[in-house]
Amino acid sequence: MTFAFPNLVPVLPEIFLLTALCAILILDLFVSEANRFLVYAFSQLTLVVTAGLLVMGATGAPISTFEGMFIDDPMARTLKIFAILAVALMLAYSRSYNSSRGLSRGEFYVLVLFALLGIMVMVSANHFLVLYLGLELLSLSLCALIALQRDAVRATEAAMKYFVLAALASGMLLYGMSMLYGATGSLQIPVVASVIQSGTADPAILVFGLVFIVAGLSFKLGVVPFHMWVPDVYEGAPTAVTLFVGSAPKIAAFAFFMRLLVGGMGSMVTDWQPMLIIVSVLSMLLGNVTAIAQTNIKRMLAYSTISHMGYLLLGILSGTDAGYSSAMFYVASYVLTTLGGFGIILLMSREGFEADRLEDLKGLNKRSPWYAFMMLVVMISMAGIPVSVGFFAKLSVLSAALDAGLTWLVVFAVLMSLIGAFYYLRVIKLMYMDEPADAAPLIADTDHRVLISVNGAAILALGILPQPLIDLCTMAITQSLRG
Amino acid sequence: MSMNDLYLLVPMAPLLGAVVAGFFGRTLGRRGSHVVTILGVAISFIASVVIAQDVFAGHSFNGTLYTWLSTGNVSLVVGFLIDPLTVTLMLIVTFVSLMVHIYTIGYMHEDPGYQRFFSYISLFTFSMLMLVMANNFLQLFFGWEAVGLVSYLLIGFWYTRPTAIYANLKAFLVNRVGDFGFLLGIGLVLAHFGTLDYATVFSMVPQMAKETIELIPGSPVSLLTVTCILLFIGAMGKSAQMPLHVWLPDSMEGPTPISALIHAATMVTAGIFMVSRMSPLFEYSETARSVVLVIGASTALFMAFLGIIQTDIKRVVAYSTLSQLGYMTVALGASAYPVAIFHLGTHAFFKALLFLGAGSVIHAMHHEQDMRNMGGLRKYLPITYWTAVVGSLALAGIPPFAGFFSKDAIIEAVQATHIAGAGYASFAVLAGVFITAFYSFRMLFMTFHGEPRMDHHVREHLHESPWVITVPLILLAIPSVLTGYLYIEPMVFGNYFGASITVLPENGGLHEMRQEWQGVGNFVQHGLLSLPFWLAVSGIVAAAALYLKWTHVPALIKARLMPLFTVLDNKYYFDSFNERVFAGGARLLGGGLWRIGDEKIIDGGMVNGSANAVARLSQRLRRVQTGYIYHYAFVMIFGVFALMSLWFIKA
Repeated sequence: MTFAFPNLVPVLPEIFLLTALCAILILDLFVSEANRFLVYAFSQLTLVVTAGLLVMGATGAPISTFEGMFIDDPMARTLKIFAILAVALMLAYSRSYNSSRGLSRGEFYVLVLFALLGIMVMVSANHFLVLYLGLELLSLSLCALIALQRDAVRATEAAMKYFVLAALASGMLLYGMSMLYGATGSLQIPVVASVIQSGTADPAILVFGLVFIVAGLSFKLGVVPFHMWVPDVYEGAPTAVTLFVGSAPKIAAFAFFMRLLVGGMGSMVTDWQPMLIIVSVLSMLLGNVTAIAQTNIKRMLAYSTISHMGYLLLGILSGTDAGYSSAMFYVASYVLTTLGGFGIILLMSREGFEADRLEDLKGLNKRSPWYAFMMLVVMISMAGIPVSVGFFAKLSVLSAALDAGLTWLVVFAVLMSLIGAFYYLRVIKLMYMDEPADAAPLIADTDHRVLISVNGAAILALGILPQPLIDLCTMAITQSLRG
Repeated sequence: MSMNDLYLLVPMAPLLGAVVAGFFGRTLGRRGSHVVTILGVAISFIASVVIAQDVFAGHSFNGTLYTWLSTGNVSLVVGFLIDPLTVTLMLIVTFVSLMVHIYTIGYMHEDPGYQRFFSYISLFTFSMLMLVMANNFLQLFFGWEAVGLVSYLLIGFWYTRPTAIYANLKAFLVNRVGDFGFLLGIGLVLAHFGTLDYATVFSMVPQMAKETIELIPGSPVSLLTVTCILLFIGAMGKSAQMPLHVWLPDSMEGPTPISALIHAATMVTAGIFMVSRMSPLFEYSETARSVVLVIGASTALFMAFLGIIQTDIKRVVAYSTLSQLGYMTVALGASAYPVAIFHLGTHAFFKALLFLGAGSVIHAMHHEQDMRNMGGLRKYLPITYWTAVVGSLALAGIPPFAGFFSKDAIIEAVQATHIAGAGYASFAVLAGVFITAFYSFRMLFMTFHGEPRMDHHVREHLHESPWVITVPLILLAIPSVLTGYLYIEPMVFGNYFGASITVLPENGGLHEMRQEWQGVGNFVQHGLLSLPFWLAVSGIVAAAALYLKWTHVPALIKARLMPLFTVLDNKYYFDSFNERVFAGGARLLGGGLWRIGDEKIIDGGMVNGSANAVARLSQRLRRVQTGYIYHYAFVMIFGVFALMSLWFIKA
């Protein structure tokens, strides 16, 4: 067995990120409370450089390194850039929130960056163990982030639940992977794929493993019936962390599905498609229906996320390239919209006051018409109403499912989004038709204001001209899957 | 300037005028607005004259100017068909419109909506020109609806009057019925001919003559008959044929220039024009022509009766318009399309003249319209009086006035026709002659002769209308005298229309007439000896007897014939019938659908019911989220178990 020195070029962004975050960890020890801003600035700078490295190093064809354990393809790069953008926006939105709550410590930034590293590793994984490594890096960082407010009971409770359930899900995933290893004799995703395709593996063991893998993946995505952690974590975690949980990790979960199910078990599509259909139907139903009964915005958005992930699965389960790229488009537009929504909730929160009840939105239009309009844009995008990116996202996954011949599923999905429209529109009604309880206008930093506006404008702009993003997703998927 | 530009100029000049007066009327002021619109229509008229000369020199045009969109094999285009038929209508429309524009300066000079009015009538001119110049069904329909829209706007011009709003709504709704049929007809054409282009459709007609469709499964009917009848339903709405005539008398709520321009001379003749344009279709369906004939004859006769008992001067003219439109329709039914157009032309002049004359009287009387309060106006309004005499003689059909020629030609054409309903039609048009002469002279005598019956206050202020009113009267009186004499030979008996109108040899009324034609002199001579002339004369004599000499007699007759009078006074109960059955039925149906369909089933059952169901489900589902971690873990494990058992059971 020879051990050649691996090609480090494709891994350069990850290496840089790891080095920089260690530096930030040390920097944090030496900066005074007054200069805490430096940590934030360095984190953002790290993100910018990492993104720059990703863009500059982009090559068209997939390259694998570390003995084929790590793969660098257009899909990986695109998803990584999406994730970095999401993290950067999230850090900007949560800066003042964090500093008013004593969360703006070095740990926050380091944990977020570690989680991002986990995401990036997952996105590029070409091997079961690497996949698992990235997953655990993400999960453990998230768990620590949720529990960052050590003295808050709800946050601790949420972290506990997440930890235990994530451990259970990881166990299932590992169990499923070991089944696949047993059936195919490899942990290398392409090898697994080719063995399955050749038909020499025992189908019973394969399906057995598949069930566990789908369960583990579903937990990460937070779809029914593996969703139970989602509402509690969303509600319990500090809003800044909720924003994080709700955004970048969804990109990782999408990549996870793509690598494992599509990349590794693509030829078993007839087996996993019905499983995903069940999970997707349950998610759309439970997410949309239960969201109606919520009085807490974060909980409402948690259920909304569950339903959105159900729609995302529609794209994946259609089993075509068009379906995968529509799912990728969906995840990008979902993350963009969620960031905007939580950005406004963060903006409305003040010291000692969490704006997390629906009634806190009452009369927002009278207080700050611009933010109310931005929230309106977010809500119509979530509901999938034109002219917003959410409309095209829903349209593309629905048409992918339609092309796959799943007409009844599409009808069901549309009906469910009709139900979903109720609670999104209720937010708009509260903002525009009700009297505010507190007439004070919102105060926000300039960067936060500008970014919210850019975020809202992006939702609208992509709702009018979605083609560039659609093309990007299509290109990433076709080049990565078909080489 | 090429001919194509000239064609385009004809409709565009009034459109430009309408836009300028409509949007910038306030800036331009009153004078600016009427100058710009009159200029537009004048340009349009002059261009029409030039085009007419070109067309009669043998240069017809049929072409597309602009392709709006193409879908599949159908392309929707804007195009012009310029042939003798079109050009005749263009001349009539632009000339009458020009006269009305000038007249309006005087008639509306105190009205606050002056600029708006000019904008509307110019817009109307544009729409009407688009209608007549169309070379395809779509553009025809565009013009058709556009003139309907302007008519609606103008009937309700004085929008603060409830009666005006009622009248314009009525006109709109009744026309919807007609337009619905028209649209269905166009739809049939598109479905079976695959194109909306006139020339293509007409060239395909002979081979489609045997086609049938099944409206009720199992009983095939001729495609062309169905199409023609549907198209004619459209014409019935616009040209106010029974039973869709009810809107026209009420449309007199609009300002008088409008009654002259739209509701007498031009728009209401759109149906007549359309059927003539479609002559290649109608010629192949005898059934459809019988329908046309009977409907027209009924309108001609029964609407004339109503003219006898009206006391509102404008309503007399309105009912006479209805009756005359019936005459034109009869001519269409008798395959005598050129005669219909001929009557359309002469009628446009003398009816516009009568309306504007009535308007002049109303103007002088300070917007008094009741003839019982008039009388003896001859002294005060000499020009108006003499032009009204010309108009009335023309309407009554006395030679050598224009109406004589066209009406006699219609009567002859009907008598030469042998399709079903021709006997009834020929009786109706003959009887109509007497009644027409009677009511038109009744109006003339009641208004201009006898003792003045207005109060002295009004009488002191009586004077002849300004020149902007009288000049159009004179200019309209001239063609009311001359057009009949000059144009009967070329239009009816000559080759005036060329290929623009098709009359099959076997539908030969017109051909027979052409064979017997011996010149205008003989026609007049023959007319003086025939029944219609004497019927007209006796009508005039009767009117003179009753309204000049024995003025107490009409009241006696009325008392004796009370039941008949009641029927006439209620306009044969058409309005009450519509009000009760259609309006009441629609309200009942609407109320029922609203209360049961909307409130109970849709709102109560479907909307609120489903919403309540979702809300209940939501409340139940949220309880699943107990907060206990072992429940959560259990759900996950159960999920895995369920997925797995599903697969292994299936396998």
